[in-house]
Amino acid sequence: MSILVIAEHDSAKLNAATLHAVTAAQKIGGDLHILVAGTNAAAVADEAAKVGGVAKVLLADDAAYGNRLAENLAKLLVGLAGNYSHILATATATGKNVLPRVAALLDVQQISEISAVESADTFVRPIYAGNALATVQSSDKIKVITVRATSFDAAPATGGSAAVEKIGGGGDAGLSTFVGQELAKSERPELTSARVVVSGGRGMQNGDNFKLLDALADKLNAAVGASRAAVDAGFVPNTYQVGQTGKIVAPELYIAVGISGAIQHLAGMKDSKVIVAINKDEDAPIFQVADYGLVADLFQAVPELTSAVSK
Amino acid sequence: MKVLVAVKRVVDYNVKVRVKADGTGVETANVKMSMNPFDEIGVEEAVRLKEAGKATEVVAVSLGPVQCQETIRTALAMGADRGIHVQTDGELQPLAVAKLLKAVVDKEQPQICILGKQAIDDDANQTGQMLAALLGSAQATFASKLVLNDNGTANVTREVDGGLETITVKLPFVLTTDLRLNEPRYASLPNIMKAKKKPIDALTPEQLGVDITPRLKTVKVVEPPKRQAGIKVKSVAELVDKLRNEAKVI
Repeated sequence: MSILVIAEHDSAKLNAATLHAVTAAQKIGGDLHILVAGTNAAAVADEAAKVGGVAKVLLADDAAYGNRLAENLAKLLVGLAGNYSHILATATATGKNVLPRVAALLDVQQISEISAVESADTFVRPIYAGNALATVQSSDKIKVITVRATSFDAAPATGGSAAVEKIGGGGDAGLSTFVGQELAKSERPELTSARVVVSGGRGMQNGDNFKLLDALADKLNAAVGASRAAVDAGFVPNTYQVGQTGKIVAPELYIAVGISGAIQHLAGMKDSKVIVAINKDEDAPIFQVADYGLVADLFQAVPELTSAVSK
Repeated sequence: MKVLVAVKRVVDYNVKVRVKADGTGVETANVKMSMNPFDEIGVEEAVRLKEAGKATEVVAVSLGPVQCQETIRTALAMGADRGIHVQTDGELQPLAVAKLLKAVVDKEQPQICILGKQAIDDDANQTGQMLAALLGSAQATFASKLVLNDNGTANVTREVDGGLETITVKLPFVLTTDLRLNEPRYASLPNIMKAKKKPIDALTPEQLGVDITPRLKTVKVVEPPKRQAGIKVKSVAELVDKLRNEAKVI
């Protein structure tokens, strides 16, 4: 069996998200190749070549790939697919955007966001906002799969020494062009990989009050997240959203502040190791999943917690 | 310009689903069903295009059992002009849905197909991308803003992991909606009444020449492992003590 893992990157650095798909691929077994498709992305290919357990890195370097346009990447992948039994990508925005297009072009049924590998053709995936787990078996010749990062450990980033092979690609499909991007800049750990996450909801009342959470996050070296309500209301950018259709996180510690705990939010954080909830409503559903619940006014409790933690 | 919107009938987002004891799936009998929330956003976007004079007709399509007609009626009540129901009682997986939609698109020739980013039942997030692939069209997924240009292209802003990105796509193309694309309207009672008179055409997969045989076999469906019940602490001091000394996470 041969598995192709599609690297997540920005043409400058390999994104650690890739390492979770590598682990999932290793559980399936077989020769593991990583595809780096980008623009002037040789450094990423070199990083990928160091990942433990990787047999080969394919580098497709072209102006068509650097902005991750799905039509161009899918064209490239369809050309490569004949050599592989499985094509995997971590379920990042890119993986989710590109892989289904590849699956349809290959006439196969993709398996989205697997949380476990049972065998080379059988996988577990969450459905209904993670309230049920479905075990599915694929009869397709090529399995196209996106991987839920929080369900698999990151493979070691070093220890490997694969060869990097330059390949040509399908080039530009001519259907779309990249105009620009607005990226949220932050010094904090990344939300999807942080050890601690502090998250705010509607109870924060406005964006300015998120400064209280920033102060706590500083003390804990935490990432800051939010519920859909806080994002919809414009308190924080969309990048903060944790939930069924936002980011899926599973940190060591998740502190939910002023978050009621709707089903859709829980879907994004209920695999956290320890969950703390601070909410003035003692009936808030969040308390049903919290290991430690504090019924209190967050505007008093959070500053108190921040100074207690600094001691 | 014709806009086609796909709408899926799913378990209502407020329902706490229960897994069937026999492990074959989730209990859906006698459970409240609604239009997939992302598809409501899709219908809203299509109707706004019509109200802005950019679209001339909005066609709502649903695929599945006879009750899908209720979902189509909701779209009609929101402002869609007519409906298409592809009727089947068989299990529909995203690849089959995409193929059925392609067959409908081949007949209808819309300039824009709008689908929801994902259905809240299977959480697959595939169908829009698959449809675009089968049509050889551009795809603009997780859209938070759509602007039509005068030159046969559209600018779409998308919500991605690091923030927002904007792409330009050629028409015809497939759009999938994200949460902040718009806030869907509630259908007014007069519009609900008017919707009863709008036509819904019925088709079958056989008529469309599509093989909908599922590729994935569901081996079992189970509940996720339950979390142990937690405790309420009485003070911040107690919380810090527990986190430090019991949970050892700080």
